[in-house]
Amino acid sequence: MKLTRRNVLGLTAGAAAFAVAGARMTPALASAEDAEKMIMEFTGGAKPGEGKVSLNTPEIAENGNTVPVSVSVESAMEGDDLVESVIIFADGNPSPAVATFHFTEMSGEALATTRIRLAKTQNVIAVAKMKDGSVFMDKKQVKVTIGGCGG
Amino acid sequence: MASKPRIKVPKSASAGEVITIKTLISHEMESGQRKDKDGNPIPRQIINKFTCTFEGQKVFECDLDPAISANPYFEFNAKVPASGTFKFTWLDDNGSVYEAEAPIEVK
Repeated sequence: MKLTRRNVLGLTAGAAAFAVAGARMTPALASAEDAEKMIMEFTGGAKPGEGKVSLNTPEIAENGNTVPVSVSVESAMEGDDLVESVIIFADGNPSPAVATFHFTEMSGEALATTRIRLAKTQNVIAVAKMKDGSVFMDKKQVKVTIGGCGG
Repeated sequence: MASKPRIKVPKSASAGEVITIKTLISHEMESGQRKDKDGNPIPRQIINKFTCTFEGQKVFECDLDPAISANPYFEFNAKVPASGTFKFTWLDDNGSVYEAEAPIEVK
């Protein structure tokens, strides 16, 4: 390949993109593995199913210091159809655990909203444990633009 | 550290109605990840547990980790079987307990 101006530019951009991706991947993966481990601990080894849980997060968070997160689980909240607890993880934070909500029949509805800290763009994961032992999860990616003027 | 908590509970409800409660407490929620000017880590000090009870019955509980934002805010639901009082407690890492109450009347 001849070293033209166009080639050089293309190559440098590609290399730079690769380097950035690489640098971002490593710590995220380490924490993602932690998150995976903690999910397994929470569920007692059961693989979480899809559905029932819905996690509501902004697609883009301008300020990673306060990101509103709300989670709701479909349930009658009576008898055996009861959500016992919902755990929230952020797989790119220095420590993935965020919060654990515990519900009772008195909750009426399995729904909770809070504000969380996100270190960078990452997945937020909610895992719900029902009274009958079944587990469900939902996952949403949140883009974090710290110090940027979002739009 | 923490100031008087702010709570929003409707004044009245019909029996068995599911209401929404909002709470906010001022707290630094020092994560333990930050360092001071000399590079020494600032020790963690957060609220680690929040509970809401209605007449002694547990309604909602949350275990907090350092990833919860400063001034922890919660919004959740509660079933109101009869007139009574909601009690809220926040437990601090340093052993302090912050408390608040809100009455509700069933019409």
